[in-house]
Amino acid sequence: MTTPEPLAEVRDLHVRFVGRENTVHAVNGVSFTVNPGKVLCILGESGSGKSVTLRALMRLLPVQAKIEGTVRAAGRDVLALRGKALRDLRGGEVSMIFQEPMTALDPVYTIGQQIGETVRRHTGCDRAKAWARALELLELVRIPSAERRLDAYPHELSGGLRQRAMIAMALSCDPRLLLADEPTTALDATVQIQVLILLRKIQRELGMGMIFVTHDLGVAAEIADTVAVMYAGRIVESGPVGRILAAPLHPYTAGLLASTVHGQPRDRDIDAIPGSPPDMRRLPRGCAFAPRCSRRREGCLATVPPEHYPEPGRMAACIAIEKHAEDTLLVHG
Amino acid sequence: MSPLDMSPDLDPRDRGGEQQPLLIVRDLRRHFPIKGAGGRAVKAVDGVSFDVRKGEILGVVGESGCGKSTLARLLLHLIRPDAGELVFDGDQVDAPRGITVAALRRQAQMVFQDSYSSLNPRMPVRDSVAFGPFVQGEPKAKAREIARDMLAKVGLNPDQFGPRYPHELSGGQKQRVNVARALATNPRMVILDEPVSALDKSVEAQVLNLLRALKRQFNLTYVFISHDMNVVRYISDRVLVMYLGKIVELGPVDEIFSHPRHPYTRALLASRPSMDPARRMEEPPVTGDPPNPIDPPSGCRFRTRCAYSEPLCATSEPALSAMGGGHIAACHMLDPASGHSAAGAMS
Repeated sequence: MTTPEPLAEVRDLHVRFVGRENTVHAVNGVSFTVNPGKVLCILGESGSGKSVTLRALMRLLPVQAKIEGTVRAAGRDVLALRGKALRDLRGGEVSMIFQEPMTALDPVYTIGQQIGETVRRHTGCDRAKAWARALELLELVRIPSAERRLDAYPHELSGGLRQRAMIAMALSCDPRLLLADEPTTALDATVQIQVLILLRKIQRELGMGMIFVTHDLGVAAEIADTVAVMYAGRIVESGPVGRILAAPLHPYTAGLLASTVHGQPRDRDIDAIPGSPPDMRRLPRGCAFAPRCSRRREGCLATVPPEHYPEPGRMAACIAIEKHAEDTLLVHG
Repeated sequence: MSPLDMSPDLDPRDRGGEQQPLLIVRDLRRHFPIKGAGGRAVKAVDGVSFDVRKGEILGVVGESGCGKSTLARLLLHLIRPDAGELVFDGDQVDAPRGITVAALRRQAQMVFQDSYSSLNPRMPVRDSVAFGPFVQGEPKAKAREIARDMLAKVGLNPDQFGPRYPHELSGGQKQRVNVARALATNPRMVILDEPVSALDKSVEAQVLNLLRALKRQFNLTYVFISHDMNVVRYISDRVLVMYLGKIVELGPVDEIFSHPRHPYTRALLASRPSMDPARRMEEPPVTGDPPNPIDPPSGCRFRTRCAYSEPLCATSEPALSAMGGGHIAACHMLDPASGHSAAGAMS
């Protein structure tokens, strides 16, 4: 079996926001690949660098962002693209859906106009064809009475329909890679699950690769093939979603799982992770999670922990892992 | 043991005794008229009645637009109700021979979702915490002392964090300050409107633990509003489910989660992600969004998204029927005499 060329390949990505007074180290050496037809979930809390990583794949970062490393998406060297080539990539082979459809859609154009504009920009077809394509897309994302909705303005749609319309726009040029930045976080519970199921179906039907950023373990469980857990701008653990949820290796992942209220006994306190995430302007020298970690030992703060691969397809960056993994292997072996 | 650590029946402010609900809400109603819409209105809270028992945590759940935040504000008269009454520990609020709104607010406080916008950005947080007791008549020095004490009780070192301004604190720290401020006036009841929704998951757990500890320490009663069924299951004693301005179900937390009776409650519970990739849902439990609260559907408001909807549901509004054990729900299928073809089958 030959390995397919990955759809997205990020190597040693660093993103710094350089300000007058200080520099925010948002992403500090992130590497991953996404193959066609696969869904990678980047899981992390606010400030972990998950959205910045995602935006780097389309170069949607402000000018003061200093980006280093290798970013390849849909076969292109994204960091080398300029001008028209970059605009062709965005919304063409790679497209993105955002958390807030109300701000991502233009309030003064109808849904049909906005989708049609994207189609015409990338395919060069005429208005009638673009309109027909827009209708087809609204039907694909299962918007009821699609024909009527083409003439609707974003404010005339409910939150769930707006999010579907944004997904339709992102799919308009058959992207090979779909980037999703917390697209269900602002939605109500009964609507969130509808949109997740829809995204998964469309992703499977179209065979797209997808990178899905979320802070919610439950959402990751519904949509991911693999999960990369980010903390303070680094991936601390990655692997198949089932393995990560069933047997987390990194103390941060384990802490997140233990502190989720899902299925928590009511008569006991939750095992919360103490403290709060580090200041991204002044990161500790070694493991950024060490100050909050219950398994902290000497050496954690000396250097950034190296990546360990205790099982096929799994990575965890923690110096306590090696030992831990050996123990597990002994038990199972 | 501080003088605050006493059981509810020893609280000198207790008037009605243990059996008297701390708050009785009767037929509370608030519509927001829309300008230029020919008398149409958002029926945010449309005839809601329930009790809050002494010492309990009553969870209120529902999706956006169901009126849960309006309800929270009505309970403290931050928004004036159009109709309905509030009875706090036996005394009617804002009525002759009752207690004034100011007196209610001395005994009930609120914590909002947005921890930043609910603090004065130009005031060090210790002053924000001291403001309540000061306004309620404590001398300045005493108010400051209370603020120091409360900051310490919510886990913030008063010397380190007291002089800081809100923008110098993290989301979790700001929410701790808001809790300290709410408790500084020594209330008996706290209305918490989505207090952990804006927080990261690891911080959410810390704040939930803190809220539970403070409730025990100060013998508080909580009304806890949330959209997150998992949070509500963890923290509540009883759960109230709202849909488009109405109560659709109310009952003890274990009953609601193990035997939900209303199709909407079932849908809410079924919509929770499973946390297990091997048990992913293939079809959503319900379709569509919650309808616009301006023109809610006639009859049962959930009928437009309900799999069991029949013509009857459009013409007749289901009443809350009791199922024993304090569990009530409003669905025609629960009323054997309603005429719904599945009536009685669900009970």
